[in-house]
Order: sequence, then C-alpha cells, then structure tokens
Amino acid sequence: MKFLEAVGGGVIRGLAYVGGLTIQGWSGLRATPRLLPGVGKRGRWQATLRQMAAIGVDALPMVGIMSACAGFILAMQTGTELRKFGAMQYVMDVVGVGFTRELGPLLTAFVVSGRSGSAFSAEIGTMVVTNEIDALRTMAIDPVEFVLAPKYLAAIITIPCLSIMSNAFGILAGAGFMYITTKIRLGMYLRYVFNSIELRDVFFGLLKSLVFAIIIVNVGCLEGFRTRGGPDAVGRSATSAVVWSTFFVILADVFFTAIFYLMRME
Amino acid sequence: MADPMISVQGLTVTYGSRRVLDGVNLDIQPGEVMVLLGGSGSGKTTMLRHIIGLERPTSGTVKIRGVDINRCSPKDLKAIRRTMGVAFQDGALFNELTIAENVDLPLRELTTLADPVIDIMTYMNLAAVGLGEAGKQMPQELSGGMKKRAAVARATALDPELLLFDEPSAGLDPIVAAGMDDLILFLKQAFHMTILVVTHELASAFKVADRIAMLYQGSLIAVDSKDAFRASTNPRIRQFLDRVADPIAASTAVQDHMQELAGMTGAKG
Repeated sequence: MKFLEAVGGGVIRGLAYVGGLTIQGWSGLRATPRLLPGVGKRGRWQATLRQMAAIGVDALPMVGIMSACAGFILAMQTGTELRKFGAMQYVMDVVGVGFTRELGPLLTAFVVSGRSGSAFSAEIGTMVVTNEIDALRTMAIDPVEFVLAPKYLAAIITIPCLSIMSNAFGILAGAGFMYITTKIRLGMYLRYVFNSIELRDVFFGLLKSLVFAIIIVNVGCLEGFRTRGGPDAVGRSATSAVVWSTFFVILADVFFTAIFYLMRME
Repeated sequence: MADPMISVQGLTVTYGSRRVLDGVNLDIQPGEVMVLLGGSGSGKTTMLRHIIGLERPTSGTVKIRGVDINRCSPKDLKAIRRTMGVAFQDGALFNELTIAENVDLPLRELTTLADPVIDIMTYMNLAAVGLGEAGKQMPQELSGGMKKRAAVARATALDPELLLFDEPSAGLDPIVAAGMDDLILFLKQAFHMTILVVTHELASAFKVADRIAMLYQGSLIAVDSKDAFRASTNPRIRQFLDRVADPIAASTAVQDHMQELAGMTGAKG
C-alpha cells in the first residue's frame, strides 16, 4: 500500500506540474499581444527589449565559444574514425547536419537554461518571498502579464536567433579543423556544407529551438512562482529550474527528432 | 449604521490539521481606523491576506462593500482591488525600479493618464509621505522607515477608499514609528480613507485606532473602542497590555534547566 501511495502521489504531482506549466504557458502566450509597441500597454515592449538583451545578446559570447568548441570536437572525433576509410570529406556533412539539426538548438538551450532559466526563477522567487508578487496582485496587475510575458516573448525571439549563431560558430569551427587537416579552404568547405544540409533541416532545428525556448521560460518562471519560504527556497528553485528545464528539453528533443525522422522516412 | 466597508463572516482557515483562524466575524465601518491586534502566531497576518483576497478561506466569507471577493468575477475583483491599497510589512517595493517608478506603477498600468500628469501625481504622492526628494533613488538605498513610506505612497497612488497596513511600525525606531502613526492619521483625516492596521505594537495601536480587534490563537476575543479595550478585564487582553510573559518561561522544568546551565558555567569559571 505504501508503494502504491508513493507511486500515485508522484504521478499526481507530476501531472499537476505539467498542468501548471500548460496553464501558465497558455496565459503567458495570451498576454504577449499586450507587449507589442503601439497596440500594447506602455512600457511593456521596453521591458521585452531589456529581456531580449539579457537572454540573447549577453549569452552570445558563451554560445559562440561553446558552439565553436563543440564543432571542433565533433570534427576531431568523427575525423579520427573517417580517416581510416579515407572519407575525411564526410566530416563536413557530419558537422553541417549535426549542428543545424541537433547541436545548435540543443547547446543553445543548455546555455540559456543555465544562464536565464535560473535567473528567471531566482528573480520571480525573490519577488514571491518579498511579497512583490502579492503587491502586484493587490494592485490589480496580472503578474503573468507583468513579469512572465516579457520574458516569454523575448525568449521566443532570441533563442532561435542564438541557435542560428550557434550553427554558424559550430560549422565555422569545422572549417578550421578541415583547413588544418586537409587544407580545404573556407569557400570550398562552405559550398560543400551548404550542399549537404537541406533547408528543412535548418527549419526543423529552429522549430525545436522554439519549443526549447517555451520550455525554458515556462519551467524557470513556474519554479519561481512556486517558491515558498525564505531566501534558501529561492536558491532551491533556481536549481530545480535548471534541472527540470534541461530534462524537459531533452524529452522534447527526443519526441520531435523522432517525428522528423518518421517524416523523412516517408 | 451604514453598510460596513469590510465584512468578515465566519472566516475559518486550516492548514493541514492546524486551525489558524476559527470562525472570525468582523465588520469595519467606512471612515474608521480599525486596528487588528495580536501576538505572533495569532493569525493576524493570515487574516489580512484573506481580506485582500490573496488566499481562499477554508470556509466563511469576506465581503468588501457587499461584494464577496472569493465568489465574484475576476473583473469585479479587479475593480475592488483598484479601490484598495495595501502597504506590506517590508514595503514589497520592486527592486529594479526607482522609488518614483514604484509609486507611479499603478497609475501607468491601470490608468490612461498622460506621462506628465503621472509625473506630477507621483511627486505629490511622494511629497505627501515626506519623500518628495527621494523619487530617483533605488529602494535598497532607503532606510526601513522610508521604504514603508514609499509603500504607502504606492498604495495611495490610485486614491483608494480602503487602505490596509501590515505591521506599519515593526522594525522601526520609536521616532520613525511615531511618524508612521501620524501618517496614518493624516491619511484618514485628509482623504477619509477606511484603514485597517495589523500590528502588535500597543503604543501605535492606541494612537491611531478608532476601534481595536484582538486576535488570540485564531479567534477574535474582543472588538471594542480603545478606551473600553484599555479598561478590559479579559485575562488574555490584560496579559498583552501589561506585557506578562507566558508561563512557559516560569515553569519548573525551564527553571531547573537554567540552574543547571548556571552551575556548568560556575564549575568552569
């Protein structure tokens, strides 16, 4: 009985969490029109711009360096194997396809979840602990619209952009490797890479990136809103924001990649 | 008598098996200052949170101007909240905004006034609480008393009919605390606001109150004018007024333990 109770409780808590994510995701999405300049509420689009700078622009150096390193690593690892078969030119395929379909969006999601997902939950968690969220509610200001929506819109815009930058850095790092090992010049490398990747690879990659953005912003904010207690609770929510958003990003990745795989098979 | 501004009927709140509020009834009339007095853990903050609709009661109703805030539409709740201001204990100011931006937030969010009008109103609001020159500062640059004043300025930004204070004088030195009391009285006289003050500070309670309600372990044990309250013979009220410690500290077990500790230090020294 104890065992059943534990399993049932876990399932119910998990469902409640996902339900909370869905409700919050939907109400956040519904609030986004009120952020637009001109038609929305005043001051909102400036808040969105500030968030875009924090989520996107400030993360660019880290995304760039990590993607370049990952691109180089991928090229080296596949290069050692492919060299045995005299098939070094396929390194370019692997890096090009690997980044646009998978690594670019995924690496970006990891960086953003670590940098911004934790920041969202810490910021909102602090606002909960210091009664600022209560103050918003008693002032008849919707916390979802005021706090979450600017982050939501900013993440949806900037994370796919960051993924494109990640693709570019990864592929360029591959070019570096190919130049060092086989003296293939950049122009030729790029021609080869552009031949091997299809537009729909890029498109599906960006679609996944959009899903990752929605996951990161919603998990981060939900963990923040669920914060109860004192300052130590804020730290715990920041940790679980990163842990859970990474977890859900990977789950979503498997799901969408499987769908794309089946679509390509037909 | 006119209809009450706030009407709390049978408010009961339980967390798990613990009963925090037990069938509390309280009416607050328009234009009066009601002080909700009680010790730590008496449930007074919980009661405030239910009156402003931040939490839903286990049973009982909270009506503001006749509207049940837990059963009305979100639109009605929004309308009610526009006519009430809440000054939270530590101010609850937004840390990334300046004091002026904090105070003009309700005006910017909930009205369509032009920016210059908002700027003037914000300055007047801040000046009314004695912070006319602090508008450009950040909340963390202000002292505790100034933060509370700024929170009052924000709570009064939309000219509320109803103003609620959570522990307005907690953590302030006596002079600054007296200043908060004067501010509450000024708001009552100048704007005819109905005011509910939640506090455990006796001096402040007797200064600002028209009537005093006392909570003890989740029940209201008295609702009376302050003179009647001061003359009360209820043992719980007397204990609070005369600052008598609970018998825990006087029990023999504690006394024995204290003596043991004293003996230990004596042996070492």
